[in-house]
Amino acid sequence: MFTTTFNRIIKHSLIAFWRNIWVSLATVLVMVLSLFIVGSLILSHAILVAILQGIQEKVDITVYFIPEAPEEEIFGLRDTITKLDEVKKIEYVSREQALTAFQDRYRENALIVRSLEELDDNPLGASLNITSFHPSQYESIARFLEAGKFSIVDKINYRQNQKVIDRLSFILDASRNVGVGISLVLAGIAFLVAFNTIRMAIFTAREEIGVMRLVGASNWYVRAPFLVSGVLYGVIASILTLFVFWPLLLWLAPKGRLYLGGIDIAQYFLANVFQFFLILFAVGILVGVVSSLIATRRYLKV
Amino acid sequence: MIYFDNVSKIYAKDAIALEGVTFSIEPNEFVSLVGKSGAGKSTLIKLLLAEEKPTSGHVYLESLDVHTLSRDELPFIRRRIGTVFQDFRLLASKTAYENVAFAMEAAGRTDEEIEADVPQVLALVGLQEKAHQFPFQLSGGEKQRVGIARAIVNRPDIVVADEPTGNLDPQNSWDIIKLLGKINELSTTVMLATHDKMIIDAIGRRVVTLENGRMIRDEKRGKYIL
Repeated sequence: MFTTTFNRIIKHSLIAFWRNIWVSLATVLVMVLSLFIVGSLILSHAILVAILQGIQEKVDITVYFIPEAPEEEIFGLRDTITKLDEVKKIEYVSREQALTAFQDRYRENALIVRSLEELDDNPLGASLNITSFHPSQYESIARFLEAGKFSIVDKINYRQNQKVIDRLSFILDASRNVGVGISLVLAGIAFLVAFNTIRMAIFTAREEIGVMRLVGASNWYVRAPFLVSGVLYGVIASILTLFVFWPLLLWLAPKGRLYLGGIDIAQYFLANVFQFFLILFAVGILVGVVSSLIATRRYLKV
Repeated sequence: MIYFDNVSKIYAKDAIALEGVTFSIEPNEFVSLVGKSGAGKSTLIKLLLAEEKPTSGHVYLESLDVHTLSRDELPFIRRRIGTVFQDFRLLASKTAYENVAFAMEAAGRTDEEIEADVPQVLALVGLQEKAHQFPFQLSGGEKQRVGIARAIVNRPDIVVADEPTGNLDPQNSWDIIKLLGKINELSTTVMLATHDKMIIDAIGRRVVTLENGRMIRDEKRGKYIL
């Protein structure tokens, strides 16, 4: 009996889908739009996170040492700093490396090259590049270094960059919060649009729902085909959405690479395509079923 | 079999649909419910189907008070009552065959039973040729015959017809009434609500007359008198 009923429900919803093909297509199309918004939100979130991470990694503070500072003392200081919780990465640049980098940078500038040749000794000091987990942590690292009053430290470039780092840290936090906020609002709107479309599709069948009840059909026998249709809308829409994203991203990726600082969205998409599809699939089915449930509830009170 | 016990239905202070109506219907009776529009005929039928609840009083189907049933239990009594509506109320997206089959499916019949019974019932109402047409392709009389086929396909104890001829021409009306008579002969109780004087006078069976929500007459071999 159960399989008979199940088969009938599936058959009825497929027939209804086909006989109301324009309503079905319109509903699927709106669902595709909604899922497209959801997908775009997921992708832009990934891009935002990647960009913010990129920027964060570029922020660091550099401790410059006087040229006479012995290497052992610098290493000692490096080991102490490494033990700080806030420190993510620490990089030692020796005097020779600093000089090579300096020469490389000013290779074209004859005056500077000549001046360097005039000098007997390497005028540059060694330095430590310190990266923290979060821009706000540079303050405490800088304070630690200043409080230590290490005689070998020439200068710490944090104070010069403090304003920039503070502002950046604020912008990063704000854009993350705003991003989440906007995503929630847009996802809410997308849901409401899809919900209303399905509700309209069921609204046209409201009288039939009442008749089915009066003819002796149980609530679930009336309702189930609408739920199956909801699932069907979700499945078809999520597949279509995936096929909209695919070429779009392949086309956008080369243009995006210029602006997004080396982040390849197409690569990201392809690497996560299964997960991505699963999310769209789940959201699509959920929206379809929940909308159908809510929409049929009203008309079943007969 | 059916017992209306002091039933009242009051929508608002100045909208009283039924007031203290009491009468019973025996098995295999053919009862006509007559009265002007707004006399309370449809309300009485809606109360029997538990489409609406009475303000006071009870409606019994055998010993069962239909308004004590939960929404999940209602389908079981509705399957014992076949209903024909003035506006046909067919499922627009289903063919004649599917409309009739739906009532059987809803009652949990097997595919074999459906395949055997639906063509038979459609033949009974003379529609075997149009089984696979949609309601919009059928005339009013044909639609109502589908409605009757749907109402009787589960072999109900009672067939309730609410102004079944209200939207039909005289010829089609007669066909429908003859069908109802035939159904009654096959030992099914029939409850027919109508305001068609010609039909009532011609049937010559029990007539219950309603006026302004009150029962004013109940005659074994009634005429349409208002």
